[in-house]
Amino acid sequence: KRSSTQLGDSVTAIFTKRKLDAAALEELEDALIAADLGAPAAARVTERLARDRFDREVTDEEVRAALADVVSETLMPLQCDLDVTGMSPQVVVFVGVNGSGKTTTLGKIAVKLKREGRNPLLAAGDTFRAAAIEQVSVWGERAGAPVIKREIGADAAGLAFDALETAERDGHDVVLIDTAGRLQNKAELMDELRKVIRVIKKKMPEAPHHVVLVLDGTVGSNAVSQAEAFLEAANVTGVVMTKLDGTAKGGALVQVAEKFRLPIHYIGIGEGEEDLQPFSARDFSRALAGLED
Amino acid sequence: MFDALTERLGGVFDKLTGRGVLSEKDVDAALREIRVALLEADVALPVVKDVVAKIRERAVGEDVIRAVAPGQQVVKIVHDALVDLLGGEGEQPGLMVEGEPPVAILMAGLQGSGKTTTSAKLAKRLQDVHKKKVLLASLDTRRPAAMEQLQQLAGQVGVGFLPIMANQRAVDIAKRAMNAGKLQGYDVVILDTAGRTSIDEDMMAEAKSIADVTRPRETLLVADALTGQDAVETAKRFHERLPLTGLVLTRMDGDGRGGAALSMRHVTGLPIKFLGVSEKPDGLDAFDAKRLAGRILGRGDIVSLVEKA
Ligand SMILES: Nc1nc2c(ncn2[C@@H]2O[C@H](COP(=O)(O)OP(=O)(O)OP(=O)(O)O)[C@@H](O)[C@H]2O)c(=O)[nH]1
Ligand SMILES: Nc1nc2c(ncn2[C@@H]2O[C@H](COP(=O)(O)OP(=O)(O)OP(=O)(O)O)[C@@H](O)[C@H]2O)c(=O)[nH]1
Ligand SMILES: [Mg+2]
Ligand SMILES: [Mg+2]
Repeated sequence: KRSSTQLGDSVTAIFTKRKLDAAALEELEDALIAADLGAPAAARVTERLARDRFDREVTDEEVRAALADVVSETLMPLQCDLDVTGMSPQVVVFVGVNGSGKTTTLGKIAVKLKREGRNPLLAAGDTFRAAAIEQVSVWGERAGAPVIKREIGADAAGLAFDALETAERDGHDVVLIDTAGRLQNKAELMDELRKVIRVIKKKMPEAPHHVVLVLDGTVGSNAVSQAEAFLEAANVTGVVMTKLDGTAKGGALVQVAEKFRLPIHYIGIGEGEEDLQPFSARDFSRALAGLED
Repeated sequence: MFDALTERLGGVFDKLTGRGVLSEKDVDAALREIRVALLEADVALPVVKDVVAKIRERAVGEDVIRAVAPGQQVVKIVHDALVDLLGGEGEQPGLMVEGEPPVAILMAGLQGSGKTTTSAKLAKRLQDVHKKKVLLASLDTRRPAAMEQLQQLAGQVGVGFLPIMANQRAVDIAKRAMNAGKLQGYDVVILDTAGRTSIDEDMMAEAKSIADVTRPRETLLVADALTGQDAVETAKRFHERLPLTGLVLTRMDGDGRGGAALSMRHVTGLPIKFLGVSEKPDGLDAFDAKRLAGRILGRGDIVSLVEKA
């Protein structure tokens, strides 16, 4: 919520006892652009606001609420739990660009599942980055869940295969598979990800049940290109946006939502076990508009 | 996406081809397109406004070279303005490592921006190119396996690594690192820190005290080139709290246009020292203002075309 105070402030500055005229709308549009909504989406939101309120005296509060409503309308249908209640084991793969928060999000979800009485298995599928395996291992300890690992440099697809076998053998009901960060324009790395998915399917045709794209909350318009490429390569089924505890407002999520209509599961609001919240379209939109709750 | 600006300007100037001087009205139309193009490249809005104002000054009354379409001419004006704003063509800011050894280099930035990877890259460069004896030290007491990550990277590039000691505070590790650097004859000590958001008061205070006790010759803000509008806020806040000397933009090997680099440079006035261009320890490029300007605009060749005309 802290993330939105700035946009909130600028809206206050613009709209305290003021006419919603062309100049005011332009300033509002700017505030939305500065929240990473992108110029086209910002223009659409502003247009919607203008349609029935143009040239009327409006209070700051009214404008914020209306703004939140417009954004929320786009996001509401996408607010969606990460549902891992189906046939065991449920397989969840985490994908995304480097450093977006995949491993941390996987760890937080493992902790949460364990608390709910589930029996998750973790797979240290990033066999590339230095100490990525050790990082998942720490999260495994925090969650009290076993971790499937191989040595650094090992084949990530083979490791995913191992994890599924172990899950079936030991009766784990959820398998959380980490993957190495990769930029979406690297063909070779995207092929490697395709292979991971292919091998999972070979072992278990209905898996993966979820492919979660983890987006960094500070990202700009590149989020759209990321979603497009990971959708194509790995059939992404849902999104998590991290790092919304900083100064970034995460408006890129609105760009992605408008374009791909992907379910949004969670937001990350810190580095700790507890810093994961179910995505709420209403809260996110109100925070973006500078409303407190 | 590519050629975005040229196309946009093409539309504006089609009717003008053949005329001589850019009028204020022509320029206004062009500036609207430039604004959108810069926003698409993720340049932060306040920076876009400054840039557009600068370009207006330069463009009004400018002679249009008749051989070329005016759109291309304006792209050249924009390009040149961006190069200037990025520090000009000549700027090749290396690392400052002279002084009484051990010289400290402090790495700072948001979570996951690339600090640890860049620490290893800098260590490798200092060792290979500058023939320095380098010690890497991890002050990251928070992220799981952060210290092991730097340790493994130090092993890969073959530089010194400060042994891990459990339960030490970041500031104390920093002191230990400088001490070890002195006793063991290191030229440079690179201090990698935990990622932090700029509004985490405790963590920002910690970073400040690390800088206070180590008096770094370089304090580098490491940021993700794919950052959007937040670039301005983050750069400002880190600049306010820490004695920053330069910027490093990572993940320039992505397909982002790199507007964040311009935003951060513009609000801090700090030189962009390096660009991260891969995950590997040799993936560090020197900064080149002209190349980055071309990339933000979505193309480079138009400039040489105009120069020939
Ligand atoms: N402030 C904040 N930091 C986060 C959040 N989620 C993750 N992080 C931090 O961001 C950094 C990167 O997170 P990771 O989980 O390692 O990211 P990753 O996508 O697995 O990274 P790679 O595997 O290297 O591609 C770590 O320092 C995390 O602690 C969040 O919601 N808020
Ligand atoms: N493609 C690419 N990846 C990079 C680059 N620099 C760093 N990375 C990757 O980005 C991810 C995060 O890098 P780190 O060096 O761990 O980032 P950090 O800032 O130390 O992260 P924290 O300590 O968690 O705050 C890793 O997957 C790195 O391999 C770069 O220039 N290009
Ligand atoms: Mg990871
Ligand atoms: Mg690090």
